Amino acid sequence: MDSALIPKGVKRCSLGLFTLGIAVAGAVLLWGVYAMLLCWIKGLNQTNMNDYYGFALWIWADLAVIALGGGAFFTGFLRYVIGKDELKNIINYAVIIGFICYSSALLILAIDVGQPLRSWFIFWHANVHSMLTEVAFCLSCYFVVLIIEFIPLILENRQLDKVPFFHNLSHNMHEVMAIFAATGAFLSFFHQGSMGGIAGVLYGRPFGSREGLLVWPWTFFLFTWSAAACGPCFTILVTWITEKITKKKLVKDNVIRLLAKISGWMLATYIIAKIIDTWYWATVTAPSMGFTLMDFYSNNAFYGIWILVLEIFVCGVIPALILITKTGRNNSKLLMTAVILAVIGVCINRWVMVLQMMAMPVLTFENWVLYLPSWQEVATTILPVAYGVIVLALSYRYLPVFPQEKELNPID
Amino acid sequence: MFPFAFEWVWDAGHVVFMGGLWYALSIIGLGMTYCIIKAVIDTSKGKGGHHH
Repeated sequence: MDSALIPKGVKRCSLGLFTLGIAVAGAVLLWGVYAMLLCWIKGLNQTNMNDYYGFALWIWADLAVIALGGGAFFTGFLRYVIGKDELKNIINYAVIIGFICYSSALLILAIDVGQPLRSWFIFWHANVHSMLTEVAFCLSCYFVVLIIEFIPLILENRQLDKVPFFHNLSHNMHEVMAIFAATGAFLSFFHQGSMGGIAGVLYGRPFGSREGLLVWPWTFFLFTWSAAACGPCFTILVTWITEKITKKKLVKDNVIRLLAKISGWMLATYIIAKIIDTWYWATVTAPSMGFTLMDFYSNNAFYGIWILVLEIFVCGVIPALILITKTGRNNSKLLMTAVILAVIGVCINRWVMVLQMMAMPVLTFENWVLYLPSWQEVATTILPVAYGVIVLALSYRYLPVFPQEKELNPID
Repeated sequence: MFPFAFEWVWDAGHVVFMGGLWYALSIIGLGMTYCIIKAVIDTSKGKGGHHH
């Protein structure tokens, strides 16, 4: 029934099965939309946020999806600016994943601000001394760049491509894509960094506070670095999941291994920098504020030293070692283990830098304050996952996302 | 956001922050304008009617 819209030379499941899949994801999406409407209509009393937790599950989700969406800017940078031509076979999917991640982050922020009708205030009445202003500027601009990177792919749909203007527009946009990709890399560098910078400049929160270079605390550079390292891992992971669902090989192994190798070296150098940063913070920065390392990891029901070991060693050192060795990359099980660990690692990093930082007592009369999100917060955080599944499914079905698909899956 | 807005101050913070924003927006805007105008010209010349 929709065969005229499906790219030539590739096979897709029946429309009935596809609709069923979309309906399941759509039901989850509607649950999230209901919770979102509750937050907008009734207000932020629908959440479990309080004076301790002005930043909570939503901000963690924002930071995590933006780090995971970093695959788009870094793969684009490698493809268009550095000239790694093999990555043209995965760049489309990286852009779609980035688009989903950034649109999700903006949606979550639109709920989190409580009064979305005034969200333009951050642009019009910009506080130029705030890291959050930089985040808002770069995030919105980079989302526009992602839309621009996504448009040519949409215009390559079999029916749209028949319209001469769309065909020419898509062609012209491809020609100047390097400029957009470079702009995207510039914007991403600053907003990824500023998200880490927010934690680093909070000198009243010794868990996050760091020294740094000029106005940028070390967390600024660590956040950008980790996003460039783990974002491509998320792209590899989603590609692998898509291959399992569609039961097809969509990208050749050499492309995946090249991206994994670059991610591996980024992750290895990042984790060395992170270990040095943690060591300096534990032995110099925190003691200068009257804290010992174990003050941050004891006397509470959840945050033990295990979370530091999990983040840095299990989800940092181990995947880095796997990805930088040829034997590790060539073994598909080890490769996927490393990719999954790296993705979990960056999510844990964002979690501790948002939530553990808030939970930690900083005054003598305070106690650890743990937090459980309300179902509305959980539903609105799952909403983008369902939305992402729908966008990925529609894109895969109707757009020529994977240039190597025809070659890898010839139709008799 | 603009020099004519009441809270604007001519200091390094405003110039760097807002300059960066307008610089990025200009590149994006000029890039898209170029693509759209060239697509209109190409289409009027009859390009894009066949696939390559």
